[in-house]
Amino acid sequence: MDTRGATVPHSGLGKSSRVITITSGKGGVGKTTVTANLAVALTHLGKRVVCIDADIGLRNLDLILGLEKRIVHDLVDVVEGRQPLAKAMIRHKTFPELYLIPAAQTRDKTAVSPVQMIRIANELRPDFDFIIIDCPAGIERGFKNAIAPADEVLIVTNPEVSAVRDADRIIGILETLERRPPAKLIINRVKPEMVRRNEMLSPGDVTDILDVDLIGVVPEDETVLIAGNKGLPDTTSRAGQAFRNIARRLLGEEVPFMNLESSGGWFRRIARLFGGGAAGKAGEG
Amino acid sequence: MAAKDDLIAIKGIREGLLLTLTADSSEWGEVTARLSVKLDEKKGFFKGARVALDVGPRPVLPHEMDSLRLLLQKREMTLWAVVSTSATTQSTARNLGLETSLVTAGESLEAPEVRSEEAGEGAVLVSRTLRNGRSVRSSGHVVIIGDVNPGAEVVAGGDVIVWGRLRGIVHAGANGDESAVVCALDLAPTQLRIAGYITVSPDDRRRKPKPEMALVRQGRIVAEAWNG
Repeated sequence: MDTRGATVPHSGLGKSSRVITITSGKGGVGKTTVTANLAVALTHLGKRVVCIDADIGLRNLDLILGLEKRIVHDLVDVVEGRQPLAKAMIRHKTFPELYLIPAAQTRDKTAVSPVQMIRIANELRPDFDFIIIDCPAGIERGFKNAIAPADEVLIVTNPEVSAVRDADRIIGILETLERRPPAKLIINRVKPEMVRRNEMLSPGDVTDILDVDLIGVVPEDETVLIAGNKGLPDTTSRAGQAFRNIARRLLGEEVPFMNLESSGGWFRRIARLFGGGAAGKAGEG
Repeated sequence: MAAKDDLIAIKGIREGLLLTLTADSSEWGEVTARLSVKLDEKKGFFKGARVALDVGPRPVLPHEMDSLRLLLQKREMTLWAVVSTSATTQSTARNLGLETSLVTAGESLEAPEVRSEEAGEGAVLVSRTLRNGRSVRSSGHVVIIGDVNPGAEVVAGGDVIVWGRLRGIVHAGANGDESAVVCALDLAPTQLRIAGYITVSPDDRRRKPKPEMALVRQGRIVAEAWNG
């Protein structure tokens, strides 16, 4: 697979801006929700954030962020030279440090190339702390586009066998790239009740299979769905707390994992992954 | 005299003889004279040998190389290759129609001569986890240090050894060798095949991992625990 974009260098080194691609392989695990909530959480921490929706033809990020009605120009307009980048950037009204570059809805993935994605990311770097790319499902062109400019990759999975299987495939592909962007894992939609009844893979089971660093465990939370439908990410919910924690961990803070259930079980197993310190503090809340 | 003998080393390689000249400022005439003496000490022994020459960084001119070739011919030896880091020597060798590398013959100069007590067989070694969608195929044996995840595939003409968890699809003895085996520290493949036989792992998710070897016994695949 070639996502190197040979002619355009990554200018990430030596700059503080970070390009993070949110991917999963499997569809429907919550990539777009994670992108939106993580972006909002980062703005709450005082960061300037731009989201790029790389899911050309099936755009959704604008809906979750409540920006659908304000789209005039999109990513493909920029790539094809009809509009300057600034014209396609939509500023969020509620979170003024958050911008969106929407995908085109009437085109397909081939309208953009990996090299063009790298160029766009590089053009955004001077103005933003975080450039977050929402990757489409699959491992084809759209995935290659979204991965090409990434300094880091966050892999979203659900505690189900099929989602974990696809995440494993994605990690395998990332490992074969010449430029291996570091990958971390977000386990989304965990139901502690089901884990306790042994009806759902625990985060420990998932990291055991995937053998990759965990950066967040997000509990299943109806308010995320409701907020997504309203187009206004809610960071006060339980899931919102998990997203805020991920944002802080991205900034290098050591944040203990939330205690999603009152006693023992899988939680201790992930806590162990992060050393005794995290485990000790986690019990407090 | 004894010290001067270090100038020329003679050893046997798969392709015949390898003559190594140590980097030295000796005149070429001196070198050939020493070589003659050395070869004549064991005259019959070297007769008919194919000879490769390693001169290191020494530049060797065409007439010098010719004299050496003649010297060897007189003793019924054939010079077929000259290895050197000198461009002059390389060009000389090429002009005389000699090989300039032994690597094409599958032998590296640096590789020490292997004199194993047991014959042994070649294998492919993969030192990482095979994730979903990756595959390893070899007509020989395959050794994996790492896991074989679900959705990954290992196909070997010979045996398959996994130093890790085997969860993917594995086929040993793929060319029909029923004596092939599959070993893993945790043997729980999605599907296991040996030659034309095929089996799946029992569905007990919470079992304790243990090293096992799968092999064909009386017309079916069985897994045997490894008891050290």
